[in-house]
Amino acid sequence: MADTQKTGRESVFAKAVKEGLLAAALALGLFSLIVGFRTDQNIRNELVLNQRWGLLAIFVLVAGVGRFLLTAYITPWNVARNKNKRAAVEREQSTFRKSFPKIGLGLLLTYPFLVILILTAYNGSIMGGLQGSLKYVDNFGIQILIYVMLAWGLNIVVGLAGLLDLGYVAFYAVGAYSYALLSTHFGLSFWLLLPMAGIFAALWGIMLGFPVLRLRGDYLAIVTLAFGEIIRLVLINWTVVTKGTFGISGIAKATLFGIPFTPGPTGFAALLGLPNSGVYYKIFLYYLILFLALLTAWVTIRLRRMPIGRAWEALREDEIACRSLGINTTTTKLTAFATGAMFGGFAGSFFAARQGFVSPESFVFLESAIILAIVVLGGMGSLVGIAIAAAVMIGGTELLRELEFLKRIFGNDFTPELYRMLLFGLAMIVVMVWKPRGFVGNREPSAFLHKRKMVSSEFTKEGHG
Amino acid sequence: MVSEVHNNPAAILRVERLSMKFGGLIAINDLNFEAKRGAITALIGPNGAGKTTVFNCITGFYKPTEGMLTMTRQNGEEYLLERMADFVITKKAKVARTFQNIRLFSGLTVLENLLVAQHNPLMLSSGFTVLGLLGFPTYKKAAADAIEKARFWLEKINLVDRADDPAGDLPYGAQRRLEIARAMCTDPELLCLDEPAAGLNARESAELNKLLLDIRDETGTSILLIEHDMSVVMEISDHVVVLEYGTKISDGTPESVKNDPKVIAAYLGVEDEEVVELIEQAEAAGVDDITAAVDLLSTEALHEIEEAHPEMAPTALIPATGTPKAKRARTAVAGAPAAKTAPGKSRGAPTPARTPVKPTGATKAGVISNALPEPRGGKADKLILIQGIGPVNERKLNEHGIFHFDQIAAWKKADIIAAEIYLDFDGRIAREDWIGQAKRLAREGRTPAPRKTGGAK
Amino acid sequence: MSEKQALLSVENVETYYGNIRALSGVTVHADPGEIVALIGANGAGKSTLMMTIFGMPRARTGRIVFDGKDITQLPTHEIARLRIAQSPEGRRIFPRMTVQENLQMGASLDKLEFFDEDSRMVFDLFPRLKERINQRGGTLSGGEQQMLAIGRALMARPRLLLLDEPSLGLAPLIIKHIFEAIKELNKNTGLTVFLVEQNAFGALKLADRGYVMVNGIVTMSGSSADLLANPEVRAAYLEGGRH
Repeated sequence: MADTQKTGRESVFAKAVKEGLLAAALALGLFSLIVGFRTDQNIRNELVLNQRWGLLAIFVLVAGVGRFLLTAYITPWNVARNKNKRAAVEREQSTFRKSFPKIGLGLLLTYPFLVILILTAYNGSIMGGLQGSLKYVDNFGIQILIYVMLAWGLNIVVGLAGLLDLGYVAFYAVGAYSYALLSTHFGLSFWLLLPMAGIFAALWGIMLGFPVLRLRGDYLAIVTLAFGEIIRLVLINWTVVTKGTFGISGIAKATLFGIPFTPGPTGFAALLGLPNSGVYYKIFLYYLILFLALLTAWVTIRLRRMPIGRAWEALREDEIACRSLGINTTTTKLTAFATGAMFGGFAGSFFAARQGFVSPESFVFLESAIILAIVVLGGMGSLVGIAIAAAVMIGGTELLRELEFLKRIFGNDFTPELYRMLLFGLAMIVVMVWKPRGFVGNREPSAFLHKRKMVSSEFTKEGHG
Repeated sequence: MVSEVHNNPAAILRVERLSMKFGGLIAINDLNFEAKRGAITALIGPNGAGKTTVFNCITGFYKPTEGMLTMTRQNGEEYLLERMADFVITKKAKVARTFQNIRLFSGLTVLENLLVAQHNPLMLSSGFTVLGLLGFPTYKKAAADAIEKARFWLEKINLVDRADDPAGDLPYGAQRRLEIARAMCTDPELLCLDEPAAGLNARESAELNKLLLDIRDETGTSILLIEHDMSVVMEISDHVVVLEYGTKISDGTPESVKNDPKVIAAYLGVEDEEVVELIEQAEAAGVDDITAAVDLLSTEALHEIEEAHPEMAPTALIPATGTPKAKRARTAVAGAPAAKTAPGKSRGAPTPARTPVKPTGATKAGVISNALPEPRGGKADKLILIQGIGPVNERKLNEHGIFHFDQIAAWKKADIIAAEIYLDFDGRIAREDWIGQAKRLAREGRTPAPRKTGGAK
Repeated sequence: MSEKQALLSVENVETYYGNIRALSGVTVHADPGEIVALIGANGAGKSTLMMTIFGMPRARTGRIVFDGKDITQLPTHEIARLRIAQSPEGRRIFPRMTVQENLQMGASLDKLEFFDEDSRMVFDLFPRLKERINQRGGTLSGGEQQMLAIGRALMARPRLLLLDEPSLGLAPLIIKHIFEAIKELNKNTGLTVFLVEQNAFGALKLADRGYVMVNGIVTMSGSSADLLANPEVRAAYLEGGRH
């Protein structure tokens, strides 16, 4: 036995050396041209070829040694750990996990005030606290919540009904332009246009859905992707209405039931006798988007307990079985599409009101991809998971802007934001390896007879479009 | 044919002149049958005979190339299923189905599966979601009723305890039952079950039988059933339709179908039950019968027995010279299935192709008096035309030198005992009057033997 | 039982799905040239054992040895390369490939020299497949797909053939053919067969030895004849529907 173990150990070592060398060779092949050489312009505007053998050596070493360590030590250690893992009886969810949604909700509701409080204490003056909080409420709070809402809306389509939609940003655009155009041309108020934007987006969802929903899987994904691009191209090229790439500016701000957030005597600050500051509007917007996002969540939760919501999930699991039970799958898919689109439209009109400016630039495919990535990372169908994923992804990229100290390390021309996508991708890989079904992969049943038990992710399906 | 099935008020489903072609492939060819109201109709036949295709036509998953499918509901409404979309068939014509490869919503709980099945009534009561979303009491009541109905069916299929577990987590047999319960939650008048007993063991099939009889008797639901498990088909069905190559080859009560030579040849073969019977009898009687018969046996026959039932034939009985020749005689698997699944084809090829290993006619002659080394004129009679002889037994008989009806007709008592031992049968030869049948067939046999099946040239 | 001889030996294996234990302390073996049947109720863990032998899921404890080689931690494809073939639960044929292509996939471990011979053997066994040779696997009927799955496994010229419910969904006559064919292959080529069956009677009649599994534990083992005669086995698995 001891012998076999020894030889086992040795063979692992040999295997690790072999794989390490292979990885190093691969890295050499891959990076020798990309990293090993660099073309620069010299002072006479000539291209010169710089050789960077040192850097290349670092790359190759990291790959080789990393692979060696992984095979020789980390993998066996993991295997041993898994072997020793006792068969734990089904653990009760910890109290923290159980009450996490409540804690989260409490934090969200008090977030602006918490920020102000902390900053006031930090700066030693209320004014300083207010101004300082602007960034955190706007860049972090509102920005994240917009994505939370969009992802929750898309979750209805992708997570519940299992229809892969790569053009979700189109509905966001429809909502934003609906508000922008109707408000600048007809002067209609935000509160009237908000539901209208949602309805327009839903109509577009249905219009897209009719021809498209007979397609499945990859085909559906490609066509929705194309739809997203078509909307963007229309916005760029229909210059008479949309002003093309210039976008529409000067869009009216939202009001608090008619009270504008302007510095004048009728403004919000003056009415309440507060010092003038732009931060009130931001806080108002924060609560507005929080309300809209929570509305999305509430509707989603309610719908899941309705026959239509169950039909969506059943559709994700098995479309043929659905039809055999008398469910009209076409209308069921359409309602999923329309409902998801409606929330996209809401978010769009909020976006327009917040920015005061919309242009096709904001509705590129990358946005669709990010929203979808958030849904996938969070765990399809899970509201809490998606919220966490949005906070991590969007908050994380915003955080990159704050990392000024990195410039001191890497030099002045280092801009951390440029590495946003790289980190985004890395994070996705890590999460997918660690939790292939997203942060919260388990599914909460919509009805129960005795006891509500979470459905493990190994049983749920992702749908085939 | 059409007029025969036409306008029969007792029929819940009439299938008339149904044909289904996929490209050049004819899956169903001019099929006529009907399912009676309040009865269990079984659809059986070899694999690929088109049974599931018939189901898919009935439930609207395929549009038939030709033909008419008439569903008559209890209230007299008639629906032409071939013109309706699949989900409308379930919703309006009240036909529900299950699938051969279980199609449960595996990520939903057992209870949710049953609730999804009540989608249409729940949609109505929730005012197409709007009223439900606003929390109207009508929906709350309807939802509670739906859960009660689900509970009723869960009790029926014995799964109340697992109501909150994901359906994908259930063992196979339970999944089968759940799929039936889910179909029943759509309040069907005709329930189409595609191989509900596949993968169930004997006990579970027995439970399934009870469940299906319950459904028929208590809810009055008519059942159309595809099944290979004869213990289910023969026990519960009121009517059996047999398909082969997309055409009907037999139609009648289970008893008549079971004994229909065409069905036996194309589909059933010899049933396991007979062998079970034999073992039971042998156990009950001890090994005495066998020792008594031993002087009639050749060494080969003993080996046959030992091979099949080692527990019954003590090795001591076997003469030391015994070599397992009989075993070898069974030879290549090769020809055998071809001969059975496509009887028309194999007619020309003489069965003895499989039997040549028999070394001496003498050994056999000691067992059955009139055994022949090979069929006369190189062509054997179709022994399976005798009721009770299946392809397997035909082969065994051939191996022992019995090729013709007149040979069987001329059997003496000792021959019968010997043959019964070969065939692992006990008393069946007399019971089923093989001798009489053989005599009759031998007389008719002067003229070319009738085809076993309608197929082929 | 001498351990050295066994072609396949599964020793004290435990397998989990998440935290749920599917197999506990399972020890079974198959000697070269043997047909071994594993019977038991639905959900007892029979198919899990089949899959565990193939490393999906992996055994958390215990050892699986094939022909003297420990395959417990071997990747599935390497296990298959040792000439263990499986006709898995749920058939798992390649639905968009033709029957011919499916069989080719089964033979992909081999040089082509045997292909004709082997495919002839499969077609002799299942003439139905020959009729459908250019049809896509997904368009076959359920029973035909089952035939294809078994045929595909046979194409690999296996030393050990794992069959998960070969009789599922097949007509009685075909079941007989398959069982006869398995016996024949076993006799002629010494193929070792490990089969899981719901049709306990048929399986035990075919097999040399049998195991009975209940809730992930092997509760009984012995020669097929003993098991067939055992009153407990009879009560639990053989009687019921049949009169």
